[in-house]
Amino acid sequence: MRILVVGGGMGGTIFANHLARRIHHEMKTGKARITMLSASHEHVYQPGWLYVAMGRATPDELVREQESLLEPGIEFHVDPVEEFHLAQNHVKCKSGKVHEYDLIVISTGSRAMPENIPGLKENSVNCYTAENAVEYYKQLSEFKGGRIVITVGLPHKCPMIPLEVTFAMYDFIKDRGLLDKTEFYYTYPIGRVHSLENVAKWAAPEFDAKGIKYETLFNMKEVDGKNAKVLSEEGSEVAYDLLVAVPPHKGQEVIEKNGLGENGWIPTNRHSLHMEGEHGKNVIVLGDTTNLPISKAGSTAHFEAETAAENVAAVVKMGRPVKSYDGKVFCFIEAGKDRATYAMFDYQNPPQPKAPTGSVHAFKMAYNKLYWATARGLL
Amino acid sequence: MAERTVDARGSFCPGPLMELISNMKSMQVGDTLELLSTDAGSAKDVPEWVHKVGHEMVDTNQDSEGTFHIKVRKAK
Ligand SMILES: Cc1cc2nc3c(=O)[nH]c(=O)nc-3n(C[C@H](O)[C@H](O)[C@H](O)COP(=O)(O)OP(=O)(O)OC[C@H]3O[C@@H](n4cnc5c(N)ncnc54)[C@H](O)[C@@H]3O)c2cc1C
Repeated sequence: MRILVVGGGMGGTIFANHLARRIHHEMKTGKARITMLSASHEHVYQPGWLYVAMGRATPDELVREQESLLEPGIEFHVDPVEEFHLAQNHVKCKSGKVHEYDLIVISTGSRAMPENIPGLKENSVNCYTAENAVEYYKQLSEFKGGRIVITVGLPHKCPMIPLEVTFAMYDFIKDRGLLDKTEFYYTYPIGRVHSLENVAKWAAPEFDAKGIKYETLFNMKEVDGKNAKVLSEEGSEVAYDLLVAVPPHKGQEVIEKNGLGENGWIPTNRHSLHMEGEHGKNVIVLGDTTNLPISKAGSTAHFEAETAAENVAAVVKMGRPVKSYDGKVFCFIEAGKDRATYAMFDYQNPPQPKAPTGSVHAFKMAYNKLYWATARGLL
Repeated sequence: MAERTVDARGSFCPGPLMELISNMKSMQVGDTLELLSTDAGSAKDVPEWVHKVGHEMVDTNQDSEGTFHIKVRKAK
């Protein structure tokens, strides 16, 4: 069986390594082969960009050579796919090379698109690329006081980032002795401060205790940079001195261009993780690029990848899958520079977050290093 | 006028309303969207947002399995 993995990020890498370990024997005897195609020779731990924006990490700490993370026997090429020919079971890459497959796994991730809101890109900072996180840190460290507005576009990856940047900036500003000169103004698209009801119930009193103001039902429409104001779809206006954005996201352009899914989100079966539709039988979709109504998070990609790897190994060994994805997501929530909590949930069970503690924060800091073992499929 | 269905059953995060808001952005004026939700809160928070922004509520009902079917038209 020729298994082709498109995307060397969280989902693709965890899938390929888990699978390679399970079908080690079949790979040795030539019964199965895993090939991975990616757009970069680097693997980036994106959650680390939050810490870069706060001056607590540098971008190079968050990068490893992709090839060094892969199990022996996985063939790896840096050659982005440009054309998906699903009816013919092959893809064509930038180099012109064609790769045929029996099963394809697509985990090409998502992109922040600040340019999709007029004025947002030029007038805000965000932590959704390494360069932007560095610029964010620069502007935050030069901030002398005024109003910091947090504005949130939909959809976006990492659902905890709106809260995390707010709490992290609060501690940053406090440590610089600027709290009395700074006003925090948090905005959020729906009628509470977070999509998860129980997280919102915990976060709103934390905001109140810190004097962080908030406006809900606020979906940004445009940013008027000249007058330093954000305008919402709902008709309100908020003035800012520093605008921090969680930009709206899209999947990759290549997904949209090949007609695999509107805005780059591929219609995906929520349990089997197969692409919906005529050619979906031998197409598995993982991570941010699914259209599933669950968080676009590394943990989602991780749990999906484990399920998919177990299924594909079972198909190789005995002709049929064995598992169904239950919608499991686990997200840490950094509640400042030294406390954290977490939210764990699935399709059936909402999260029950606890009060933040120093030990959960310590665990998150440890996980930031342990991630490389997760990527290798060891954790 | 196009119609689409968004299956947000079992969605706690981003949740049905955020799924609806994301989808509305890709729709044309006059298009309709049917949201499937197992969250009873949707029957209240979807109309609240739809009215605030100025779109139109078309219909809301709950089927025998408890799923809410909430139909919305993009008006602007
Ligand atoms: C600031 C920030 C904080 C975050 N914090 C958390 C957190 O605390 N917890 C959490 O769970 N998640 C967090 N996330 C989210 C997490 O990083 C993503 O959800 C996760 O990386 C998604 O995995 P993926 O495999 O779908 O995509 P990615 O990891 O983005 O990988 C996509 C891969 O596809 C490749 N690719 C792209 N185009 C092509 C092509 N045409 N052909 C071949 N390959 C291609 C890319 O090179 C890349 O290797 C955070 C993200 C950010 C930005």
